[in-house]
Amino acid sequence: MAEILNMVHELGEGLFGPLLWSLVWVVIKVVLLLAPVLFMVTYITLAERKVIGAMQVRPGPNRVGFFGVLQPLADAVKLIFKETILPEKADKSLFLLAPLLTLVPALLSWAVVPFSPELILADVNVGILYILAISSLGAYGIIISGWASNSRYAFLGSMRSVAQMVSYEVSMGFTLIPVILITGSLSLVDVVEQQKDWWNIIPLAPMFFIYFISVVAETNRSPFDLPEAEPELVAGFFTEYSAMSSGLFFMGEYANIVLVSFLGALVFLGGWLPPLSILDFIPGIIWLGLKAGFLMFVFLWIRATFPRYRYDQLMRLGWKVFLPVSLFWIFLTGLVLQLTRGIGGE
Amino acid sequence: MGLDLKSLLQSFALKELAQGMAVTLKHFFKPTITVQYPEERTPISPRFRGEHALRRDEQGEERCVACKLCEAVCPAQAIDIEIDPRSTAEKRLTRVYDIDETKCIFCGFCQEACPVDAIVLGPNFEFFGSVRSDLYFNKERLLANGERWSNELNARIAADARYR
Repeated sequence: MAEILNMVHELGEGLFGPLLWSLVWVVIKVVLLLAPVLFMVTYITLAERKVIGAMQVRPGPNRVGFFGVLQPLADAVKLIFKETILPEKADKSLFLLAPLLTLVPALLSWAVVPFSPELILADVNVGILYILAISSLGAYGIIISGWASNSRYAFLGSMRSVAQMVSYEVSMGFTLIPVILITGSLSLVDVVEQQKDWWNIIPLAPMFFIYFISVVAETNRSPFDLPEAEPELVAGFFTEYSAMSSGLFFMGEYANIVLVSFLGALVFLGGWLPPLSILDFIPGIIWLGLKAGFLMFVFLWIRATFPRYRYDQLMRLGWKVFLPVSLFWIFLTGLVLQLTRGIGGE
Repeated sequence: MGLDLKSLLQSFALKELAQGMAVTLKHFFKPTITVQYPEERTPISPRFRGEHALRRDEQGEERCVACKLCEAVCPAQAIDIEIDPRSTAEKRLTRVYDIDETKCIFCGFCQEACPVDAIVLGPNFEFFGSVRSDLYFNKERLLANGERWSNELNARIAADARYR
C-alpha cells in the first residue's frame, strides 16, 4: 500500500511539480472521499423507499432496473432536466444560495470522519468540535431559504426548523461531552481507540439514545419533520423550490443522515473495532460500515413507525427532558471519573 | 400531576416506542402482498361491470330490438337510441345506439333491463380516451366490443345464469 502511494507521489510530482502536485493530491483525496459519500446519499433514498415499503408489506420501487437499483439515477435525471422555477418575489441570489448552504456543510464535515486509524482526510485534534461547528451552519441554509422564498409557508417552515435545530443541537452536543470526558481528547481517532475495552454505549446507553433521538430531530426527519409538515405547511422551507434546487435540499438532508450515523457509530458503537476480538480478521472499515448502516436503517425504521410530533411536544422533549438528563449524565460521568481515576491525573 | 413512577420509568425506557418498532420490524420480514398489476391481476367477478358491449345472436344478427328500456332506465341518461325507420313488426332495428361513457355510472341497470341480453357490461376496465369524444361510444364501437369479448361475455352469462 505504502509503495503504491510512493509511486503515485513520484509520478505526480514528475507531472505537476511538487507545489502543484500537493494541491492536486488534496483534490484527489477529496474526490475519493466524496464519491462514496455521494453514492451513499444517492442510494439511501432507494433504501428508504425499499425499507418503508417492506414495513408496509409492499415491495417499493422495483421497475427501474433489477430490484429498482437504477431508481436513484432516474430520479436524478428527472430532477436535473426539470425547470428550476424562480418565484417572482424571491430574493434570487439568496434563493439559489440556500440549497448549497445546506448541502455543503453536510459534506464538509466528512473531512474529519475517520474510516480507520489511517484512512482519514484530516486527523485534526478537535474533530468532534469541528463537526458540531460545521453542522450548525446547515441551519443558515434553511433560514435563508425560508426568508428568500418570500412565501408564508416557507417562512413558517424555516422558523420551525431553525428553532428545532438549535434546540436539539444543544442536547446533541451535551451527549457528546461525557464521551469527551472519558476519552480526554476531541480527536475522533482517539475516541474510537479508547473504546477498545468496551464501547461507549455500555457506560453511556442513555446518552446514546438521546444522541440518536436528537440527531433525528436535528436532521428534520420523521417523527420530527415539522419543518416539512405536509398537512399544514405544504413542504415547509422548500415549498418554493423545484427541480435540482430542491434536490440539493434532499441531498443535504440525506448527507446529514449518513454523517450522523457514522458519527454515532464512531462515538458510541466503537467505530471500526469489532464487537469480539475473535472477529478481528474482518477489516475495520466493514465493521464501521455495518454499524453506520444499522443506524441509517433505524432512521428509516423510525420513519416507518411513528407519527409526527406536535410542535410544543417537540420543544418540551428537547428542553425539559433531554437537556436536564444529558446535563445530569455529564455530571455523573465527571463524578465517576473523578472517583475512579481523578480528572486530568490519569 | 398524574405522574406515577411506573409510567415515568416506562417512558424513560422507551417502552412504547420499542413496542411500536417491534410491530414494524415484524412486518418488515413479512412477504409483500402487492399484486404487480400489469403482469398479475386480481380475479374479477362474473358480475363485474366494465366496458359496455352489444351482443349478436347465433346467426350474427344484432340482438337489440330497439325497445329503449335501457335508455328509459338509465339513471345517468347516458344512452341515446333511435329506431331504424325500416323496422318491421317482426324485425326491429336501431339506427343509432350511443352510450356516453363519460356520463355512465356503471350501475348495470341497462343490462338488467334488457329483455334480449343485447347490452351487457363486460369484464374490460382497461379502456381510455385521450379526448372526451373517444368515450362517446357509437353502435359500431359497442358491436366491436361484443365481438372482441364474445367468449368472455358468453362465459359470464353462463356462470351467472343459475342465479337469474
